[in-house]
Amino acid sequence: MKFSYFPGCTDHSSSLEYGLSTHEVFKTLGVELVEIEDWNCCGAAATHSLNRLLSLSLPARNISKAQSAQAGPLVVPCAGCFSYLKRVEHVLKNDEAGRKEIEEIVGFSYQPTLEILALMDVVLNRIGLEKVQEKVKKPLNGLKVACYYGCALVRHPKITQLDDPENPQYLDRLMKSLGAEPVEWSYKVDCCGADLAMTYPKVVKKMVGKIVSMAKEAGAQCVTTSCGLCQMNLEMRQDIGLPIFYFTELMGVAFDVEKKENWWKKHLISPKGLLKSLELA
Amino acid sequence: MWWVGFVSLIIREEKKLDKATGVGKVESSFLKEVEKKSGENLSLCYQCLKCTAGCPTASYMDVRPNSIIRMIQMGMREEVMGSSAIWLCVYCQTCGTRCPNEIHIGILMDTLREMAVEEGVPAKEKNIHLFHEAFIHSVGRGGRAHEVTMLMEYMLKSRDLMADSLFPGMILFLKGKFPLLPSFVKGKEEIKKIFEKCTRER
Repeated sequence: MKFSYFPGCTDHSSSLEYGLSTHEVFKTLGVELVEIEDWNCCGAAATHSLNRLLSLSLPARNISKAQSAQAGPLVVPCAGCFSYLKRVEHVLKNDEAGRKEIEEIVGFSYQPTLEILALMDVVLNRIGLEKVQEKVKKPLNGLKVACYYGCALVRHPKITQLDDPENPQYLDRLMKSLGAEPVEWSYKVDCCGADLAMTYPKVVKKMVGKIVSMAKEAGAQCVTTSCGLCQMNLEMRQDIGLPIFYFTELMGVAFDVEKKENWWKKHLISPKGLLKSLELA
Repeated sequence: MWWVGFVSLIIREEKKLDKATGVGKVESSFLKEVEKKSGENLSLCYQCLKCTAGCPTASYMDVRPNSIIRMIQMGMREEVMGSSAIWLCVYCQTCGTRCPNEIHIGILMDTLREMAVEEGVPAKEKNIHLFHEAFIHSVGRGGRAHEVTMLMEYMLKSRDLMADSLFPGMILFLKGKFPLLPSFVKGKEEIKKIFEKCTRER
């Protein structure tokens, strides 16, 4: 199985351990990830906030690169990048005039056969939980985890077409298959504040505080997420010391991947204590 | 026939109220302009308030999302463009997902923001505007966002020392999560052309 891979800017920076764990876990699963050549920033929140056309053209250039690469469906780890790529895909597929405009700006011809998939979607629906379970060497028994989806993966459902927007289950099912116990909680899809953390950290502290304390109240010992900014906000802006994992890191723990020590070093809240207590270190 | 008197009383009172609040003729051109630019059918809104109820930053806004729609319907251009609401929206899309009339307030906010910037209305939340700009400049330079240079530009222009973020930010920097040097796209010319076309065509 092979997929083309759009790392996004944070894969080599603020969500370094997400990228590292993704590659390790996919290697274990025997799935190849081919980084698309010369990818650019998806535009993120800043561009769509100020310039709609730019926010569609920047991710469209990545689509053109993925098309030329012809290395299989495009897999996107970061929820934000995924949402912006799906947004332009929606325009390219449904708005004839919009498509022509974007094609002219970027200089390519859109092929609707290219699939754009979220990393979590690939693990669940393309690789399949059976294959994932085969690789589990250390089931995450006793690990109570709150699965946090945030905004970008499940909204707007017309565009992302991925799981339920109010009570998604993808990560929960994945965690169960790894032997962990996902908790039932009501802040699964509440916004973490995104880049408001830079300009209004006090507001984001309140938002994150609610999410993390509700996870703890639901009985969770940790939170797992699929977005670099969510992970950073949840870790940086809380004060109860709840570890925040990328879901690929938890997969790596279950697969007993060698290099996982390198991931914990990058966290602000070290999960080593929690993992040791459950004999998962 | 007592109800005739009752109805005419109501009409008289409404006319008095209209005179008092200054709402006589509603300026509908603003509504039409925003509906056209955003593609959202704002006239369908019946103020169920689901958007405001689900909005994570509504309690910090000067005007709530549902009121923004009402104000647009009433032609209150200055108040809408000058609000903090359009800057505090983080595009979480909870509103657009839940609206029973499928009005996407997040897209509306994006449109209002773009209109405000185009018309030179100073952003009520100056720092948020500056941060978005610093991010876009960073991408325009090399095709990829670079945290260190982006934050430097933001801090210099905003005079915001980011005290709440500096300490944990420093720790993450020491952990190697913010590369000192930016990485550039090979096709810098392509990025430059995209930026030029997108800024020219507006």
